[in-house]
Parts: sequence; C-alpha cells; structure tokens
Amino acid sequence: MIELIIPAIISCILAFSVVYFTTPPLIKILTKNNFTVKDMNKKESIMVARPGGISIILGIIVSEIVLYGFFQLNEILAIIITTTAAFLIGYVDDRKVMGGWFKPVTLAIAALPIIFLGSYDSSLAFPLFGHVDIPLLYLGLIIFMIPITGNTINSIDVLNGVASGFMVIASFTLSICLFILGNYEIAIVSLPLGFVSLAFYKYHKIPSKIFPGDSGALAFGAMYGTIAIVGGVEIIAAIALLPAVINSFLFLSSVKRIVEHRQIKGKPVEFTTDSKLKATNDKAAPVTLVRLILTNGPLSEKQVGVAIFKLGIFSGTLSVITAFMMGVSL
Amino acid sequence: MKSGLYGFLFAMWALIIIGGGIMVVLLGPFTIQQFGDFHWIIASGIKATIGLILVLIWILILSKLKNWIFKKELNS
Repeated sequence: MIELIIPAIISCILAFSVVYFTTPPLIKILTKNNFTVKDMNKKESIMVARPGGISIILGIIVSEIVLYGFFQLNEILAIIITTTAAFLIGYVDDRKVMGGWFKPVTLAIAALPIIFLGSYDSSLAFPLFGHVDIPLLYLGLIIFMIPITGNTINSIDVLNGVASGFMVIASFTLSICLFILGNYEIAIVSLPLGFVSLAFYKYHKIPSKIFPGDSGALAFGAMYGTIAIVGGVEIIAAIALLPAVINSFLFLSSVKRIVEHRQIKGKPVEFTTDSKLKATNDKAAPVTLVRLILTNGPLSEKQVGVAIFKLGIFSGTLSVITAFMMGVSL
Repeated sequence: MKSGLYGFLFAMWALIIIGGGIMVVLLGPFTIQQFGDFHWIIASGIKATIGLILVLIWILILSKLKNWIFKKELNS
C-alpha cells in the first residue's frame, strides 16, 4: 500500500503547487503582453488575463510524468498525450478564431493515442446489469468521448470560477468512484486533475484574475474523458458531469445545430441596475443552464456559481451511488 | 426552477441506468450465426443501429421531460 501512497502524495503536492506558483507570474506576463479579454459578466469594462491553460497543462504534465516514473503505465502516457494535444488545440483557438468544425474534429484526432497505446477495455460497465462487450463500437466511443467531454467543460466556462470549481467537484468524485471500485492506480493517476483544478480555482474564482481559455477548458475536459476511458468508468464519469451535459443539451436543443457561442445573436442573460444577472425574454437567445437558474429572478454571479456547484455535488452524489451499484447484480 | 433542475438531473440518471439495462440484457447477448465469418460484423452493426435508436429515443424523452418540468415550474 505504501508504494501507492507515496506517489499519490508527491503527485498531488506537485500538481497543486505547480499551478499555484506559476499562475501569478503567468497573469503578469499575459497582462504585460496584452493577452487579456473583457469579462463579459461585469457591467464595468474589466480586462482579465487569458489563457490560463498554460499553468494548468504544466501542473498536469509534471505530476503525471512523476506518476509515470513510479508506475510505467501506458494509461498515464495516454493521459499526458491526449491532454497536451487538447491543450494545443485550445491554444490555437485562443489565439485565432477557428471554425465550428475545428475543435470536434481535432479533439477526435487527439483521442487516437488512447487507441494506439491500447489503454482501454472494450467492455462498457453498467450498474446493476453488468457489462457489455463492444469491441468495434468502443473505438467509436473513444473518438466521440474526448470531443464531448472537452466541449462540455468548455461550454460551462461561462462565469468566474465555474469551470475550475465544477472540475474540482467532478474530478474528485471520479477519483472517489475509482477508489470505491478498487481501481487504485488509476484513482491515484486521476487525483492530480482535482488538485490542478483546485489550485487554478484560487485565481479563477470571482473576481477572476485569469480565465482558463479554450486551452485550459479543453485540457480539463480531455483529461477527464481520458481518465474515464482508461479507468473503465465511462458511465460514472458521464453522471458526475450531468449539469454540464444539461447545459450542452439545453443549448443544442434550443439552437438545433452545432455552433460556436460567438455566432449566437441573442443574449440569454442581461444585467439589472444593481449589477445582478437576469434571464432575458430574447427568443433568439439559446436556453442555457445559467438562464434556467435565473428564471425565478435576478441573482449575483456568485449565487449562480454556487447554484451550479450544488448541482455538481448532487450529480456527484448520484455517481458515487452508481459506483456502489456497480458491485450489485440483479 | 432549481427543484426542476434537480428533478431533470435525477431523470437523466434514471434513464442512464434503464438504458444500460436494455444494452446489457437485450443487446449484449444478441448474436447472428448464418452469415459465416462476417456474423460478428453484422451483429455489431445491428447492435450499433439499435444503440443509436435508443440514444435518439433517450434524447426525445429528455426533450419532452425538459419541457414538462420547466413549463410546470414556470406556471407554479
């Protein structure tokens, strides 16, 4: 057991401290070089540094390389390569406006190392009913899963601190579920994601000093999706991510096509005179999770963030229940 | 509205569990033998098609459920 505890502690400390200590100088460099964007959810014109994905990927790579030194698992290599590729895809999108096709297509390509390294088990486990073996179909699932998790986390990155805070809840939930299922090595490999998100949340929470950008959000989502695949906890991971999935589902079912957020004309949310957020009656605007949370009346940005975190904790609880249900057979 | 969102989350979870049950109990054991060496490819194709149909039905149910839950919440 000690051979698992030491790598776990070292990687978690590294994951947290790399992000914690590299983000402040990164904010200074980005601000100095004018790599800033307007905070759209503030009435006043506040410029925030972006992309914070650089410190996020540093924390992930350093901690996962240390874990590879201990475990030499192909699963860790798959996580490092796929997450780094997702970061680079997001970084290109942060720097240059790309078409709507760019992220889904390139993220599907970023998923290929998982297949080439053979870091997956082609049976899909369901609670209560056991598992189903789908060798061919599973390859398609891998190629679809990374773009879906990447874009799902990206789509919830709408308010200060929400993407990183939500990632803290979802990734620690996933680690707990992996421990419950007895998949200890992958559980340890998954822990740095939670600690990287936690350290980044310190600077991303309201009022944000830095935004993760597409590079950070896609790195978060791709690493989460890869852990789900290599850990064989795809269904549990999807359940923990349900509030973000609802956001994407509501958006797609109201817009009825795949589009970039910047292409949407209507505004789902506006400001009240006391700087609170309020749902609009704009019929051209998409239905989003934030808009639904605001239907009962205006709320501050912080209150909306807390409401999303509560939904994350609720779906996290459902995923832990599901993990326990995996051990039960009807 | 918040209770409606929790209800919607719970419904999604229940649909995932039920969908999983259908996949494992009905689709998993499904095999075809009369097509020689290609039987597993054809069986996989049929399983994939039924799986996609299930996903479409799942999305349709969620859409109806979403409208029902949120209209009920807005009227209350």
